[in-house]
Order: sequence, then structure tokens, then C-alpha cells
Amino acid sequence: MKLIKTLLAATVLAGALGGAAIAQDKVTIGVSVPAADHGWTGGVNYFAQQTIDRLSKVYPDATFVFASAADAPKQIADIEDMVSTRNIDALVILPGDPDAMTSAIKQVKDAGKFVTVVDRQLSIDGVEDLYVAGDNPGLGTNTANYFKEAMPDGGNIVVLRGLPIPIDQQRVDAFMAGIEGTNIKVLDDEFANWNRDDGFKVMQDFLTRFPDIKGVWAQDDDTAVGAIEAIKQAGREDEMFIVGGAGMQQMIQRVADGDKLMPVDVSYNPAMISTAIELTTAHAVGGVPVSGRYILESTLITQENASEFLDEESPF
Amino acid sequence: MSVSAPEVPAKPARGMRIDFKTVGPLLALVLLVLLGISLNENFLSYNNITNVLARSSFIGIIAIGATFVITAGGLDLSVGSMAAVVAGVMIIVMNALIPSMGVSVGVVLIGMLAGLAVGGAAGIGNGLMVTRGRIEAFIVTLGTMGIFRSLVTFLADGGTLSLNFNVADLYRPVYYNGILGVPWPIIVFALVAIGGEIVMRRTAFGRYCAAIGSSEQVSRYSSINVDNVRLITYIVQGILVGVAVLLYVPRLGSASSTTGVLWELEAIAAVIIGGTTLKGGYGRIWGTVVGVIILGLIGNILNLQSFISPYLNGAFQGVIIILAVLLQRGRRAA
Repeated sequence: MKLIKTLLAATVLAGALGGAAIAQDKVTIGVSVPAADHGWTGGVNYFAQQTIDRLSKVYPDATFVFASAADAPKQIADIEDMVSTRNIDALVILPGDPDAMTSAIKQVKDAGKFVTVVDRQLSIDGVEDLYVAGDNPGLGTNTANYFKEAMPDGGNIVVLRGLPIPIDQQRVDAFMAGIEGTNIKVLDDEFANWNRDDGFKVMQDFLTRFPDIKGVWAQDDDTAVGAIEAIKQAGREDEMFIVGGAGMQQMIQRVADGDKLMPVDVSYNPAMISTAIELTTAHAVGGVPVSGRYILESTLITQENASEFLDEESPF
Repeated sequence: MSVSAPEVPAKPARGMRIDFKTVGPLLALVLLVLLGISLNENFLSYNNITNVLARSSFIGIIAIGATFVITAGGLDLSVGSMAAVVAGVMIIVMNALIPSMGVSVGVVLIGMLAGLAVGGAAGIGNGLMVTRGRIEAFIVTLGTMGIFRSLVTFLADGGTLSLNFNVADLYRPVYYNGILGVPWPIIVFALVAIGGEIVMRRTAFGRYCAAIGSSEQVSRYSSINVDNVRLITYIVQGILVGVAVLLYVPRLGSASSTTGVLWELEAIAAVIIGGTTLKGGYGRIWGTVVGVIILGLIGNILNLQSFISPYLNGAFQGVIIILAVLLQRGRRAA
């Protein structure tokens, strides 16, 4: 009897040791993103979770810790917890407010973790090992190029901006630089916060205020959805066109259908978080060299190439 | 609070004093309208006025419910998130019914009923926790605010819930059409306001609300069923959130985690601008209506001008709100 017990204990011990040996090869990757406070961040959350589910099957040795935070202090707390309690090997982070979070992310880096920053540039260089982002100035420039092409003789346009954060500024600056020297006149710009309801309100008031509008730059597809309803309500859909941004499926479909009101869109794909997680995992599990900067283009989506951007699965 | 207490049994001074209190918000409204006229000739156009009133009607209808809650000494911070959940559930219900019922008016009607039911149920939940659970209204509704907000994010899978395009087309006129050129949201807002004014001024329930907000203890001794009256104010609030959303959904046909963000603060601000006391005991429905219109006009005027940098919009809003309340306090003290 005693012998059996001893044997059993030995087996259990061996098993535990074996388990521990395997666990040493395992890697833990933390993924921290801002809460889904508008359509685009909603897309980020969706693609992050979808990528994690898929990679968990591909790499059984990789464990993912996912957190979604409503503000910078919560996001900082999230990554601190990931380092101290989950002992992550690598961090993929889309910082909600990059300036506020730079030092917290630097601490993760100083603790010897592999750090991937997505979409938003930190306030000091050289913190991250890998940087994956969309091209914000490019979004402004590509949009400006389309306006120049669509309005060769110039005309009046209005601009619906996003939230007052650096990304918005970069896009608007690049856009303004792009249309400089043309006869395109920006009547006014207002913040519509990348949000449908605000897009509706701001556009309604612009329509009240300006009898002659030829083009609308909404910068974001959610804003554009609201603005389009306002334009339709005023019955002025034949007078102008509107350009959004980000590449929401519903909008790409309109572009593909040749909608005159929405002739083009400019991509700024929330799936960039997937690229970041994939590369980071490949590095953490397989040691693939990935350090550097990856800038995903902000492409002009036209009726001709719209089909490449359509994805039935995407919720965004 | 103590000032208004004697009004309750002594069947209201609808005389001089109330007239003075009235002047404050009205004066602010007149000043805003004058400012608007001077900034843009289209300000008083039919289109602009109906635009502003129609899009203010959601907050307006919710604020009328909030007037009852606040008058009775309560507070409901959850209304904005509640509106988002109601909108989400309505869209899900309508989309789910299409396979069995097709695109029909029935689908829209059931969706509307579902909206009212969810709003009412949420109100019952808040009300029961406050009255039977004996938890501070601030804490209860702060909690449900978070719960509802995450719930809608969850329902929308972090993205946006969109109403089926064909049903949206059928439902659309509820926001955009109306009678004799007056859009439905404005009509409903007016009806709710008139109903609210009558209930607040002419019924025992309205007087109970003021009495409870003024002094819960005395109300109890006067054999008012304090818990039930309070519970009813939260249910009314919930149902009115439902009504507001019935008009909101046809506008854009979608709900997401950004739906109704900060509506609770706008509603409370409108109530206070209108002359209702935040601590309860005195409520004025039509003051709330003026408050809502003031808030709506501020946003409108900011969009109609380009002197004030858009970075300062919030500051302008804050100044007007404080000014509106200040005008009214000044008059009352005099």
C-alpha cells in the first residue's frame, strides 16, 4: 500500500516537473487597447480579440492577456498588472493617450520586455522595439489629392474634424498643406469627434450657415454617416460629395456601388492591431526578427479597388 | 429648499415670486436668440429652428423625467447609458423579427414597445434599489450607468449595431416627418412637456414629489408613501428615456457605445438652468424646456460662427450655463 502511494506521489511529482519544464517554453503576451469608444476603436477591439483567438490555436505555447481601458490611468494600471502579476514577455499596446503613457510604457521596456506600440507615437523615441501604425499625414494628403482632382476649379468645402488630439492635427495639417495654392476654400471646421450624432449636428448647422458647399471632408466614416443623413434631410445630396476615412464596410460598399455622394473613402484600418500582434507573437515564440517601423498605407479607396477592401466578417 | 417648503401645503404661489424666478432662464434664452440673429441671417429660418428643436427633443424628453426625479430629491445618472441600451435592444429586436414578420409596421411597433419596456424595467431597477435597497441614488445610478454602458458595448460587440436598411427606411419618417411641417420629435416633446407640467402642477403626485424633496421626514408624517412616489419617479424617468429613444433610433438607425454619452449631464444641466433645485423640493417642467432649448441653441450658435475657436466650445457652453443660473439667482435674491 505504502509503495503504491510512494509511486503515485513520484508520478505526480514527475508530472508536475514535466509540466514546469514545458511552461518555461511558454510565452505570455500582453495586449492593451483603448475601450471601444467609437467605431474605429470598436474595430481595434474586435480585431485584437479575433487575432488572439486565432493565434492561440496556431501557437499553443503562447498565452495572451487582453485588456481594454477607458482612459490613460486605467490603461497604465493594466500594463503594470500585466508585468507584475501575469509576467508577460511582450507587450502590444495601442496607447489611448500616448503622451500620458510614455513613461509607463518605458518602464515595461526597462523591465526587459519586448514592446510593440501601435498607431500612436510616444513622446520620446526609441522606447518601442516595434512600431506599427497607419499613415496619418498620408490620410490627409491622399484626401487632399482627391479633392484637387475632383474640384479642379476649386470651390467651397467644410471640414468635420475628429477629437482634439495629435492624430487629428496631423491629418488636418497634411490636408491643408495638400490643398494650398488651389481655389479650394475651407469655409469652416468644427470638431465632430469621430461620432455619428455629432457629425449629424455639425453638418446640419453647416448646411444652415453656408448656401454653397461643394465638398465635405468628414475624415471618419462614422462622422460621415451622420453628415450624410443631415445632407439628405436638407435635400442637398446633389450639390456636394463627402469623403470619410477609416474604411468602414458600409462606406466601402457605397463606394463600390458608385454612390455619387460618397465617391471615395480613405483606409485607416483598425486591423493594424492584428499585424502588430502577429509580428510580436512571431518574435516572442519563434524569435523571428521584427524590430522596426511598419507604416500601413492610407490608401484611396475608389470604385475600382473597393472590392479589395470588402470583408463580410468585419464588424467595422 | 427651505424657502419652497411652505409652498407645498399652501397650494402654490403662482404669483409674483414664481414670475421672478421665471425671468432668469427666459432672459438667457432671449439673449441667446439675439446673439444667434446677429451672427447669422439663417438663424431664425424654419429649417434651423426645426433642426435645433428636433435634435434637442431627446434630451428634452429625458430632462422632463429628470425634473420629477430631482424634484423628489433623487438623481438619475444612468439615463444616457440607459438610452444607449434601449436603442441597442430595439435594433436587435427589430432585426430579429424581420425573418418571421418581414419588413412591416408591426416590426417597428414591437421594436418601440420593446424600447419602452426596457426603459421602464431599467427605471424599476433603479427605483427599487434606491427605495427598497436604501442605497444613495447617486451610487445606484452611477453603478447602473456603468452597467448599461458596458452592456451596450457588449451587445454591439464593441462596434455599432445597425438597423436593417429596409426597416430603417420604414421607420425614418418618425424623426424626419411630422404634421404641418412640425417634425414628430418636436410634437412628442411638446406633448410630454405639457403632460409633465400638468402632472407637476395639478396632481397630488406632483405635489408629493415636491414635498418629499423638500422634507422626506415631514412627508412621511403626512402619510405620503414616500418610497412609492420615489419609485414612480424613476419609472417615469425610465419610460421617458424609452420615448426619447423611439425618436432617436430612426434618425441614424444605429446604436454604439457612443450613443447617449453625457446625456445625463445635459439633462441635469437643463433641469437646473430651468430653475428646479438640485436638492429637490421645487420643480418646474417648463423651465426645464427652456433649459433644454438654451443648451440646444448654444451648440447651434457655436456651429454658426467662426469667431470662437472650436477648442473653446466647452468654455462658451460653461459660461452660458452659469450665466443662466446666475441671472435667475440674482433675481430671486432681490
